[in-house]
Amino acid sequence: MSTPFYVSPQQAMADRAEYARKGIARGRSLVVMQYADGIVFVGENPSRALHKFSEIYDRIGFAAAGKYNEYENLRIGGVRYADLRGYTYDRNDVTARGLANVYAQTLGTIFSSAGEKPYEVELVVAEVGETPEGDQIYRLPHDGSIVDEHGSVAVGGNAEQISSYLDQRHRDGMSLAEALKLAVQALSRDTNGSEREIPAERLEVAVLDRTRPQKRKFKRIVGRQLQRLLQADGAVTEAESSEEGSEEK
Amino acid sequence: MEPNPRSTGRLPAAFLTPGSSSFMEFLAEHRPDLLPGRRQLPPTQGALEAPHGTTIVAVTFPGGVVLAGDRRATMGNVIAQRDVEKVFPADEYSAVGIAGTAGIAVEMVKLFQLELEHFEKVEGTQLSLEGKANRLSTMIRSNLGMAMQGLAVVPLFAGYDLDRGQGRIFSYDVTGGRSEEYGYAATGSGSLFARGSLKKLYREDLTEADATTLVVQALYDAADDDSATGGPDVARRIYPIVTVITEDGFRRLTEDESSEIARSVVQQRMEQPDGPRAALR
Repeated sequence: MSTPFYVSPQQAMADRAEYARKGIARGRSLVVMQYADGIVFVGENPSRALHKFSEIYDRIGFAAAGKYNEYENLRIGGVRYADLRGYTYDRNDVTARGLANVYAQTLGTIFSSAGEKPYEVELVVAEVGETPEGDQIYRLPHDGSIVDEHGSVAVGGNAEQISSYLDQRHRDGMSLAEALKLAVQALSRDTNGSEREIPAERLEVAVLDRTRPQKRKFKRIVGRQLQRLLQADGAVTEAESSEEGSEEK
Repeated sequence: MEPNPRSTGRLPAAFLTPGSSSFMEFLAEHRPDLLPGRRQLPPTQGALEAPHGTTIVAVTFPGGVVLAGDRRATMGNVIAQRDVEKVFPADEYSAVGIAGTAGIAVEMVKLFQLELEHFEKVEGTQLSLEGKANRLSTMIRSNLGMAMQGLAVVPLFAGYDLDRGQGRIFSYDVTGGRSEEYGYAATGSGSLFARGSLKKLYREDLTEADATTLVVQALYDAADDDSATGGPDVARRIYPIVTVITEDGFRRLTEDESSEIARSVVQQRMEQPDGPRAALR
């Protein structure tokens, strides 16, 4: 009979956190930030089919870095949670705060239960409000804590460096093109400080646009529209981008 | 395992089980009590009095399809509601109009809308139009027990098929039987009269404006001969709901647009109460 080694709880938790953090760091980073008309999600994603961003409900979007099968599971869980809640109560009763809470509880329980391996994911849940003041962005690290973010947030491998870059340059009321450019600049900085080019085909971009007439505010930005936003000079594009939005739908 | 997974506040296992993209299947697994078809009805003596919605009509035209409904709900010989809405968008490219027990129908539509939206969000792509029509079929079938007690729901489903590039109409019976209709279709108590009207006035080369007028004509004819169908109510400004689905998606005609069509139809009937005449040969 073997005697189990004694591992102090501190050490056990630190090991689990280390494990989760390493898993998340392997994934590419992504950025979620506010702009004048809503919230934009930007990330580097070579795949067209496996999304990092998706719609949860009318005004709520989801972003995740880390292990695909784990965050995909959480995403579908979130969609089910939101749809069930909206069906039993009302569409207005589905909030990002409620969803973030459920995610935090789920991640937290998994993280601290010895029987399960911790999830190697970091999530962002964002809700677009009627006005920029009503926007909410929650970051959910692997251990089940919730961080209420303002302005901009980055998660994934290089998150700290990207966050500090964004914090210095992000300001309220940026146009979509400006916000997008800033996000791409931030993402293209490597850990060692060098910069590399991220082509438009490798970018995944989505917005929660409060000016959309439909009740579902989530929209992916792809193809020509993305190209044009990336090339455009921030100030000129405002009218153009909204015009194009209506054209797409 | 926790005896009650809800107590921790984390998502219950059913939420994180991969597999189904169907919200109804998820409900069946996790909250079967919320599914309309799972309810047990006590046996009742005679018919149960509940508001019933009446006539829905649909017409295809090159480039899309029009779905419209009158505004009356009846309960026996009483008008239960004058301004009830019976035509709903199912998603961006389809709509459903309901005849039958209003309460159950509205719940069914709500679940149907959610079923399509849920699939779209989980899978990242829309169901095909056939797929949507089949989902609705399943829902009607699950209501058969209630239908046999007089609480039937018989919808009309119309949508724009993006693959084929045309508008299509599907009609149903109480058992969930589904059939595709070509050109035009009607359901509900006034459907006999509406169908007669549509039959004589329908052409294959209708424009969108023609099609929206045609459905209002058909609803007028249904209201003319069926007491449970409401015609345009000029005094109260209650007009039929008219929706158009094209490549650009679902659109409900505004109050002004539908009132203009309805008023012109009423105006014409002042002179010619039976409406436009089809050529004899």
